[in-house]
Amino acid sequence: MSNIAIRAEGLSKRYKVGKQEKYRTLRDTLTQCVTNPFKRKPNGNSQGEDWIWAIKDLSFEIKHGDVVGIIGRNGAGKSTLLKVLSRITDPTKGRAEIFGRVGSLLEVGTGFHPELTGRENIFLNGAILGMQRVEILAKFDEIVAFSEIERFLDTPVKHYSTGMYVRLAFAIAAHLEPEILIVDEVLAVGDLAFQKKCIGKMNDVSRAGRTVLFVSHNMAAIENLCRHGIVLAGGKLVFDGQIKDASAYYFNSLAPASNPDGHVFDLSNARDRISRVGKLLKKVELLTEHNRPVNEGVRIGDRLKVRIHFDLPSPTTRFNIGLGFNNAFGQRIFTAHSLFEAERSDEEQVGAQIFVCDIPSFTLTQGTYTARLWLDIANTEADLIEDAMRVDVIESDFYGTGKVPWNGSFVLPHRWYLEPEDSAVHQGQLVGAVPGELYGSDL
Amino acid sequence: MVVVEPRKGFDLRLKELWNYRELLFILVWRDIKVRYKQTALGAIWAILQPVLATVVFSIFFGRFAKVPSDGIPYPVFAYVGLLPWQLFAYALNESTNSLVSNQNLITKVYFPRLVIPLSAVLAGLVDFAIAFVVLLGLFWRYGIVPSASLVVLPVFILLAVASALAIGLWLSALNVQYRDVRYTIPFLTQLWLFATPVVYPSSLVPEKWRALYGLNPMAGVVEGFRWALLGKAANPGPLIWVSAGMVVLLLLGGVIYFRRMESTFADLV
Repeated sequence: MSNIAIRAEGLSKRYKVGKQEKYRTLRDTLTQCVTNPFKRKPNGNSQGEDWIWAIKDLSFEIKHGDVVGIIGRNGAGKSTLLKVLSRITDPTKGRAEIFGRVGSLLEVGTGFHPELTGRENIFLNGAILGMQRVEILAKFDEIVAFSEIERFLDTPVKHYSTGMYVRLAFAIAAHLEPEILIVDEVLAVGDLAFQKKCIGKMNDVSRAGRTVLFVSHNMAAIENLCRHGIVLAGGKLVFDGQIKDASAYYFNSLAPASNPDGHVFDLSNARDRISRVGKLLKKVELLTEHNRPVNEGVRIGDRLKVRIHFDLPSPTTRFNIGLGFNNAFGQRIFTAHSLFEAERSDEEQVGAQIFVCDIPSFTLTQGTYTARLWLDIANTEADLIEDAMRVDVIESDFYGTGKVPWNGSFVLPHRWYLEPEDSAVHQGQLVGAVPGELYGSDL
Repeated sequence: MVVVEPRKGFDLRLKELWNYRELLFILVWRDIKVRYKQTALGAIWAILQPVLATVVFSIFFGRFAKVPSDGIPYPVFAYVGLLPWQLFAYALNESTNSLVSNQNLITKVYFPRLVIPLSAVLAGLVDFAIAFVVLLGLFWRYGIVPSASLVVLPVFILLAVASALAIGLWLSALNVQYRDVRYTIPFLTQLWLFATPVVYPSSLVPEKWRALYGLNPMAGVVEGFRWALLGKAANPGPLIWVSAGMVVLLLLGGVIYFRRMESTFADLV
């Protein structure tokens, strides 16, 4: 009992959506009182289109010292859950018991005022985050050192670059020492160096035995930091368990539902789609050598042919398709694009088309990849689908030496040899030589 | 242990405010610092406003219209009335939009939202203090020495802050829901000024109406200030009690209404 940090039971929160204007005016309400005093506001019931449940019936337990990653698509309810747990908004139903001081990082630089200097903002932001003044004074030098803005401490923050701003904001937040830390995608801002610093700091926090709730789309960060994972979908809790299992569950739910023809992806009901012109992308098929359908996956280095069925509403020559392959961490490994094709025909096309992307050797390493597919017509994005298709790369002996490649995102053909001592290169006689000539043409 | 659940009823949670007093002070500090960094006139404005107003009132109301001033030199009479009035008007103005303009805090951090209109009102105390110093100068110029009734001054200062806060709570909470409220403030302030005995004494109001007149909380506050600082022979009696009662009522009602609406702020603001 005493080692529970957060216990949630049936937490639910609903919001009004729709045609309802956000701000009522006093004038309208008063005139309504006079003209129609007995009119009751139509009380939105949860079934009506007026309400949406951002989170529904969430029940879970988080123990002290747990580092929990909360994952889900955009709109799954992650930020709402954090807001409810941070007491920024009240739940509509349900309850949560929180044992310990909560520090919420829902945004970096909350309350920063552009007219105040960096020094003044440290005190302001620190107080807003819940630090006592003595605490801020004690940690002041550390905060300044972490943020690397000593020189600009007494300049108004409005003159800071975005990088400085974000570093200072995170430096202050990083020195918050609550028992329960709630972090919402703050890693999305900042450059790589900054993100590494953030992750490092969060690692320190978790090693110090504090409880951390972490929302991010950076799957690599989540898998590294967290032990426990909760997956939200459509406001409901769909998975609660080890982080690796949670992330696998989430990743599997992204790609379209499995079908008996594993190599065909019907795009008519694709989610995560932006169709500026229309649902022009119809279907994707995966084939390999000799046009064999890819049902189980491809081996490293096998040929991959992506047959894309789409529609062109009016005759044009200016159309292009892009195919971006992302790994399980959501990182883009490779982008194929018809713009890179040298031999495009310049005939006008219209109506149903099949565009084939032929990759002679798909040298990504073993794993599951999803692909973003988009169609541009005359330089405007006509139809875009995230995670349109999924391809599994199976480990295989790419180099033909009985050893299966491991690690890394892709494989590259390469050779190893010891340099003979009597070669010209070894004796430093490279000046004037053309590379390649020295090594012969077999490389 | 903290329980997060749908808020019900009359849970005022005033003790929590004490825990967040540092945040309150720092927000007041922020408002004052920013205001003085941005204005060219800076602290002068705190003096200029009441002084200029007094000059204009003295000319038009004091001399031309010959409004009586209970035997006190008109400029002093008007200034003493303006002192709490400015605090009140400042609070009306700043607190109405305080929640909306601090929307970035309300949607991202937890703290008792009462802190925000409270900080707006307290920031006005700085101007009040500066204007008070000018009052001392006025006293010296007109050779007025405060009498024993000075001892009740702190009470009326408290009453002034309380009435500013009371109205501030109502207005700031209403403004989150009905955004047109803040546009009524300049108009409201003007009307209220004339309904308050700043430019004229309350003795102008017929005896039988005077208690009703006290329903304006600022009426009691202003007359109370005059009594404390200028030691008028006849203390206005019932007027002040009615006003004080109104302040307490409005403040209590304001806190309750504010607390009830508080859970919707993060969603509406």
